[in-house]
Amino acid sequence: MDKVMSNKKIIALYVMPALLLILAIVYIPIVLTGYYGLNKWNGIGALTFIGLDNYQALIKDQTFWNSAWHSLQLAVFSTLSLVIYLAIAMVLAARIKGANLFRKIYLIPMLLSSVAIAQLWLRIYHPTNGIVNSLLESIGIANPPAWLAEPSLVLFALFIPILWQYAGFYILIYYAALKNIPTSLEEAAKIDGASALQIAWKIKLPLAMEVIKVTIVLAVVGSLKYFDLIFVMTDGGPNGSSEVMASYMYHQAFRAYDFGYGSAIGFFLLVICLVITWVIRKLTATKDSIQYS
Amino acid sequence: MFNKKWTILFVTMCLVLVTAGCGQKGNGAGESKGNSSGGGDKVTVNFMHLWPEGVSAGQNKIVNQIIKEYQAEHPNVVIKQEVLDNEQYKNKLKVLSASNELPDVGVTWAAGFLQPYVEGNLFAPVDDLLNGELKDKFVSGTTEAYAINDKTYALPLEFNIAPIYYNKAIFEKYNLQVPQTYEEFKQVVKALSEGGVAPIALGNKDRWTGSLWYMYLADRIAGQQTLTSAISGSGSFMDEGLVKAASEVQSLVDSNAFVKGFNGLSNEEAKSEFVNGKAAMYMMGSWDLPNFTTNEEIPLEFRNSVGFFKFPTVEGGKGDINSWVGGPGVGLFVAENSEVKAEAKAFVEYFVSKWGEQSVTGAGVIPATKVDTSTLELPQLYIDLFNEMNKASSITLFADVQMRANAAETHLNMIQALFGKVITPEKYSEEHDAAISKGN
Repeated sequence: MDKVMSNKKIIALYVMPALLLILAIVYIPIVLTGYYGLNKWNGIGALTFIGLDNYQALIKDQTFWNSAWHSLQLAVFSTLSLVIYLAIAMVLAARIKGANLFRKIYLIPMLLSSVAIAQLWLRIYHPTNGIVNSLLESIGIANPPAWLAEPSLVLFALFIPILWQYAGFYILIYYAALKNIPTSLEEAAKIDGASALQIAWKIKLPLAMEVIKVTIVLAVVGSLKYFDLIFVMTDGGPNGSSEVMASYMYHQAFRAYDFGYGSAIGFFLLVICLVITWVIRKLTATKDSIQYS
Repeated sequence: MFNKKWTILFVTMCLVLVTAGCGQKGNGAGESKGNSSGGGDKVTVNFMHLWPEGVSAGQNKIVNQIIKEYQAEHPNVVIKQEVLDNEQYKNKLKVLSASNELPDVGVTWAAGFLQPYVEGNLFAPVDDLLNGELKDKFVSGTTEAYAINDKTYALPLEFNIAPIYYNKAIFEKYNLQVPQTYEEFKQVVKALSEGGVAPIALGNKDRWTGSLWYMYLADRIAGQQTLTSAISGSGSFMDEGLVKAASEVQSLVDSNAFVKGFNGLSNEEAKSEFVNGKAAMYMMGSWDLPNFTTNEEIPLEFRNSVGFFKFPTVEGGKGDINSWVGGPGVGLFVAENSEVKAEAKAFVEYFVSKWGEQSVTGAGVIPATKVDTSTLELPQLYIDLFNEMNKASSITLFADVQMRANAAETHLNMIQALFGKVITPEKYSEEHDAAISKGN
């Protein structure tokens, strides 16, 4: 076996199919998108090369910056909600009764498709029959807002189902990370008289740090390219008040027939995601990761 | 155990299997194309449409029926269907045209939607069909919407106008009459809103729904000519009457004319408010007729209490009550680079002529071809609307269909902004002129 694996030809043979596939469906389209972004193209006729005009227009496009601002808000919100997920995971990992059941309950939203979740929450937010407004009315609020039609509320109203949708995913990751911490450490700390909070703060958190860093990157990049729930629930509206970068890209390419501009937005989005990932990696880089064992 | 020889053999086998799979598919495709020119062999015509069984059961049945008959009459032709939902259909059409792989026959919309495809030289002109068997079969004004530079690029299947449907039971309960003038209409809205019933169901998340209301107000106040020339770019949306129409939309919003949260509701959600009797009126194209006549899934009691009226005239306005907003729905195109163009055209001709009568009785939609309804047994609501259409003094094509894609997108966004009261009527008009003068 070892002999086979050290043979360069065999390695190439093994790696090649997957590599070709990834090149064909990931990297080549990225390069093509970058190229389309330099053209004026309605998606049908011939391409006209216009250099960086699309990017210049992008920089001046107020709607784009609004949508970028919304994406950024979502990213900050998602990152902050990681704290809640971590807290829940810590409680679940502390061998409480019914932890298994709770873990499954939290995970279920993740198993539903985004469109199903969107449909569910559309009903919850329905201005007259929805559960939210029915509740508000029953406690005496006479005229509760129409959540998805209010420009000032719509983004906040969308954040809730997004938080709900991804809760299970992050809780599961944290749960696994926390379970990996040897119980002997915790027991030793207990003997030394450490409180539960101290254990969480001084032992569990540092040991889960590597995983936390990864989830921050996942949450931020995931938020920046977030699309599906918003697309189904509000379509970026009303008046673009819930438009995010990915939905704006879709609208420009597929609704306004401006594939060149849409591609420019897509490429810009990629660059932003790469830069932010790099920045986060730099900011959270620690020279020596903590090892207690 | 797992030595080099075996590994290589295993990998080779895998590769052989993979390539064999690909090869087979390639051969199959080549076969159907290669044979298309041959005389007695099978010809495959690919047909992509947007009537899935679940969503448009009536239309789906008719399509299958027509294809079955056609194949029986032309044993050498196989019609291969690909069915997609509305939005997906539009997206797929764009993707296919980018790679120049359009189906031989497909469904398209008129005017602004059609333009880039025609400019990209993707649709074949079908004027020869118009002068053949189908000559004079179309309702006047329908094929024109598919014409660019004097050539027609698709044959229309449907024709639609948009009336205001209303719930007779609710009107009776509040002792209301069908309004003839806009002043009376506002009284009706006021009475309903004070009575605790939402006057109008509107799902403006979809935006074109709100566009209908603006179109009618613009037509009634400024007149059809002003509206049409503003849309085409020869006039201006800054016209006094058109600005007034926009401000009239906002005063309707102020008087609580529309259901709560309309800017966040989809058309389907709004429609269900109307169907559940929670809203009294609903403006929609005649394609929704089956829901108010023959659709068994909707309670008979409700269907019996649905009536319609024409958008009322505005005092001092230029439009008359018989002018409508509407236009042809979808039409059939033949791909320019189709390898079986002759067969595709023959199929389109057959399809359009069969569609007329069957769509009336089977799906309850109004076809673009002339149909003698006197011999058919049809719901009264359908006949009434059909007769109104024949009396129409003018029909203004839906704005978002008429405009080019980019301008249409601006129009729709502005509509939502206007209804949401985040822009002034003047700004609304300015933005329109700017988008239309940009010309794409």
